[in-house]
Amino acid sequence: MANLENLEKYNNAFCESLETQPDKLAGLKYQDIEAWDSVGHMRLIAAIEEAFDIMMETDDIIDLSSYEHGKEILSQKYDVEF
Amino acid sequence: MLSFEEFLNLEQPYGLNKLEKNKLLTQRLLDLTRLHKDNCLEYARMLESVNFDFNKVNSYKDLPFLPVRLFKELNLKSVADENIFKTMTSSGTTGQAVSKIFLDKLTASNQQKALVKIVSSFTGSGRMPMIIIDCPSVIKNRLMFSARGAGILGFAIFGAKSIYALDDEMNLNLEAIREFLDKFRDKKILLFGFTFMIWQHFYKALKNNNLKLDLSNGILIHGGGWKKLLNEAVSPEEFNKRLEDVCGIKSVHNYYGMVEQTGSVYMECECGHLHASNFSDIIIRRAFDFKECAIGEKGIIQVLSSIPESYPGHSLLTEDEGILLGEDDCPCGRMGKYFKVLGRMQKAEIRGCSDTYAASFK
Repeated sequence: MANLENLEKYNNAFCESLETQPDKLAGLKYQDIEAWDSVGHMRLIAAIEEAFDIMMETDDIIDLSSYEHGKEILSQKYDVEF
Repeated sequence: MLSFEEFLNLEQPYGLNKLEKNKLLTQRLLDLTRLHKDNCLEYARMLESVNFDFNKVNSYKDLPFLPVRLFKELNLKSVADENIFKTMTSSGTTGQAVSKIFLDKLTASNQQKALVKIVSSFTGSGRMPMIIIDCPSVIKNRLMFSARGAGILGFAIFGAKSIYALDDEMNLNLEAIREFLDKFRDKKILLFGFTFMIWQHFYKALKNNNLKLDLSNGILIHGGGWKKLLNEAVSPEEFNKRLEDVCGIKSVHNYYGMVEQTGSVYMECECGHLHASNFSDIIIRRAFDFKECAIGEKGIIQVLSSIPESYPGHSLLTEDEGILLGEDDCPCGRMGKYFKVLGRMQKAEIRGCSDTYAASFK
């Protein structure tokens, strides 16, 4: 069952840390937009960790290279259901 | 071409012995030399001018090296302009020319992955609450990254809930630090900063105001150069001891690294020795004939890194002097060479995040 609350939190983390809009998130990849550079990436990670109260592993931080893949990582390794 | 993945897939970042390392690194560095020859015209011409012959290379020790300062004078890159997504600059004092290092996605990503492997060997794989002993404004200009900003960002991945210990006027933000320490009372804490800034704005600020912090659970990683501190007659041992006096910190690791070879840093082990990881190596060379020095003999440091694909910086002659202490037999158990950096050569210009910042301090 889809968890809309988590999806909203996830989307908010992206929009706030990368200064973008919810309708631009689908297909978004690391370095696609100026704001998602290495500085933006660490802000994004901080926002996601804050939103779900988790601490990600360094390998997952590097691995989180797109909006969609981020969801997979969170659901597979951090029990965040979407 | 031997992929960098081969290095990343190795179990231990310090696991290769001399023979294994020579085999793997020679293959990769030869491949990189070919790659840069084919993709960087200036580099190809330089190889030509020294009559470089691939067939005469038995080991990476036989590869030519570029002087690091060449990256100040020339824009050296081996990728098309549209594939460059970040340019990093060295930390130059005002009026100095700065190095420009051009990164594509692959090289930048490999830098970060190598750094994670290396540093995890000292901190463990878990991330820690982190205090960055610098000011937040250093990472502001995102397209032109200074070495200082890049260093902080590279290490920031090991931290969570990070805070900056200094404000933009370089004043110690004591209240924020205390609040932070209170919140993570029983946790292991990571601290990162540049050597001189830690001394000037952290240690002195605490000492001069008779303040103490409890960082006995902390692990400090610092780099960027000792020049100014050596002028003040502060040795590495003294640095560690005085820091422990004001904040109880016991685990302190210096590192040696440069923007021209970001990622493959040389970390100081528990025995106080700088170590070459699987990803890179150093060769100490005599100043007068560039022959390899014996263990214990002072010379110029050449650095070789398996990472750089977007610019021809895989084999460089630094302007630093050092001494090789040994290979494969450090008491800490890590394989590879371990060494000591003595400092900048006479007449060499001032480089390093810590040293260039210190030069503005009279």
